[in-house]
Amino acid sequence: MSRKLLLEHAHIEGINTYEVYRKHGGYRSVEKALKNMTPDEVVEEVKKSGLRGRGGAGFPTGMKWSFLAKPEGVPRYLLCNADESEPGTFKDRFLMEKIPHLLIEGMITSSYALGANTSYIYIRGEYSWIVFILEKAIAEAYANGWLGKNILGTGYNLDLYVNPGAGAYICGEETALIESLEGKRGNPRIKPPFPAVKGLWQCPTVVNNVETIAAVVPIVNDGGDEYAKIGIGKSTGTKLISASGNINKPGVYEIDLGVSVEEFIYSDEWCGGIKNGKRIKACVPGGSSVPILPHFLITKTANGENRLMTYESLADGGFATGSMLGSGGFIVYDEDQCIVRNTWNFARFYHHESCGQCSPCREGTGWMEKVLWRLENGQGKMSDIDLLADVAKKIEGNTICPLGDAAAWPVSAAIRHFREEFEWHVNEPRACMERNYGLVKEPVATV
Amino acid sequence: MPKVKIDNFEIEVPEGTTILNAARQIGGDIVPPAMCYYSTLKGSGGKCRTCLVKVTKGSEKDPRPMPKLVASCQTTVMDGMEVANITSDEVLKARAGVVEFLLLNHPLDCPICDQAGECHLQDLAFEHGAENTRYEFERRTFEKIDIGPYIKLHMTRCILCYRCVYTAQQLTDGRVHGIIGRGDHAEISTFIEKAIDNDFSGNVIDVCPVGALTDRTFRFKSRVWFLNPMDAHRDCPTCSGKAVVWMYGKEIFRVTARKDKYGEVHDFICNTCRFEKKGANDWTIEGPRDIDRHSVISQNHYEGAVTVR
Repeated sequence: MSRKLLLEHAHIEGINTYEVYRKHGGYRSVEKALKNMTPDEVVEEVKKSGLRGRGGAGFPTGMKWSFLAKPEGVPRYLLCNADESEPGTFKDRFLMEKIPHLLIEGMITSSYALGANTSYIYIRGEYSWIVFILEKAIAEAYANGWLGKNILGTGYNLDLYVNPGAGAYICGEETALIESLEGKRGNPRIKPPFPAVKGLWQCPTVVNNVETIAAVVPIVNDGGDEYAKIGIGKSTGTKLISASGNINKPGVYEIDLGVSVEEFIYSDEWCGGIKNGKRIKACVPGGSSVPILPHFLITKTANGENRLMTYESLADGGFATGSMLGSGGFIVYDEDQCIVRNTWNFARFYHHESCGQCSPCREGTGWMEKVLWRLENGQGKMSDIDLLADVAKKIEGNTICPLGDAAAWPVSAAIRHFREEFEWHVNEPRACMERNYGLVKEPVATV
Repeated sequence: MPKVKIDNFEIEVPEGTTILNAARQIGGDIVPPAMCYYSTLKGSGGKCRTCLVKVTKGSEKDPRPMPKLVASCQTTVMDGMEVANITSDEVLKARAGVVEFLLLNHPLDCPICDQAGECHLQDLAFEHGAENTRYEFERRTFEKIDIGPYIKLHMTRCILCYRCVYTAQQLTDGRVHGIIGRGDHAEISTFIEKAIDNDFSGNVIDVCPVGALTDRTFRFKSRVWFLNPMDAHRDCPTCSGKAVVWMYGKEIFRVTARKDKYGEVHDFICNTCRFEKKGANDWTIEGPRDIDRHSVISQNHYEGAVTVR
């Protein structure tokens, strides 16, 4: 049984109201940090905890915070990235819906650590109802003196705002998020300068994921060392995993990093095994943008070790035989799922969400989608498979922001591991059509 | 001042110079092509990815190579940096890939395009492009739009370099020109086709690297390689009045601003000069203009000084 640091009280009736949240030990971290700790001590605790960014890249949060430039007379900002739009990831939604005060508490503590007097929660436009949940919670926090001027009589001021986006995956990229928050078109900026030096309104800015900010609360409450005891190696603490796909119990689970993948999929505590007694075929362990793993690489790494739910173990073997923990969008496919169709679905998403700023991503994502659609419908050619791999290779690493990489990785991984299935689509066009649309009367024209 | 080595040519440049500008100071074949960077427009660059180069040595202090190819128009040089452009196979491959991407949705209607002969995409495709396309799908098309009485927008040809957007933002007042939509269906627009009503709006034609924005007073009148470009000036109350007039005999077919050899304008001209002054008496002709280009079309025509017909 894993500990629960974030979701411990998530199922208590009325936990989204201030009174209940406070009764269960809420806002203790704010009291502790503001009254007994200096901002640098909070940063030091977070560094000690080994907390890594939960949004996908897994960059150490303490280090990110210590990179923040601190010029005199320039305001600093903390932005919370709640623009969770990765297919397969829905952990932040659960957290904000159920215990909004945890995020607000984390925002206050983190803002204090960074010396920010204005902070924003940038939430995706599609989470329109959560905006109201957060705004209600913020109003309660203001009313009880946790936000505003002179918090707890310590002289620290903080204003917290919720800002909904207009529905763009790209605004989850930190510089695009900043542009969007400034009221501009959400195009990623060219880095450097990094947001830690020039971010929101050209001021030093830290952008953190919802879960990262929420994890600051237990770190400050119990101490960084205590938090670092959970997990294995450089993957410390607990992580929210949004499990979906062909499993018996899809949902959001909080796990200790270091649980084995096999246990996570088959144990009744978590996913509860594959639905309808089928066999597992593939798994995307970290949201749509990470490489897919075939069945023989899910529970064991290429050199036969047990694969664990950690940043390192999932990435073991690089992209050839590994994947990434990413944002924790754990998607499981059973034997009946079509990998080509799934890859096409992802490619369609990235095509739709590409901002159109730099050419490889703008043109390449659309091209990949069209070729995959052709393959999926049994109209592809054998050369299309190599073409796809080549296009993906030309996008990868040549774009301004990681969206290009995110679009290319799933495609090249699917071809790497499931080439036979792509070839089957070319060789059996009629079977493809029959499977996709039921029986077809006309013979399928092959190009 | 930092010293940087680009394709084994060393040069010392002021702090804060980008790799692209350092390469331009060396000149010659090692200058990376740039479709979106425009030295006189603030904020431009970094988008087209044709200027990607490989940094093989980060700097004297930190000699590690950079992990990815970098956009040379955005990366500033460090002391002791070593850059590979045409000496790196990886760069040339990536560039060929970018050219392929740029041409995917480009209509390739050069035979009927006014920009042909002075089109940057044409030059780029000639140098780095493949002979064939691997794209077998319908290309993205748009309706042609008139932006005011002088400018025609043909979005189908656009490569979304954002140069005209920056021009409209920085040269003209009141922002009505921008981009709507996203991805490969993004579209340059004067927000819901509102004409740009400004004295300097015509400069968007000059900054456009392709034939997406063309001069309505010149469209289909002639091909650029039939015309003689002449440096000329006039006393203009709004702009510098320095321009290039494109003549056939005594007749002025069109007026453009003066572009340097990278196709960049430093003195923008006003709409009156560009569109309305086409009489021979309007201009004082200084002499033939050297056009230093290596385009497929201009190859045999612009060598040396141009003779006046």
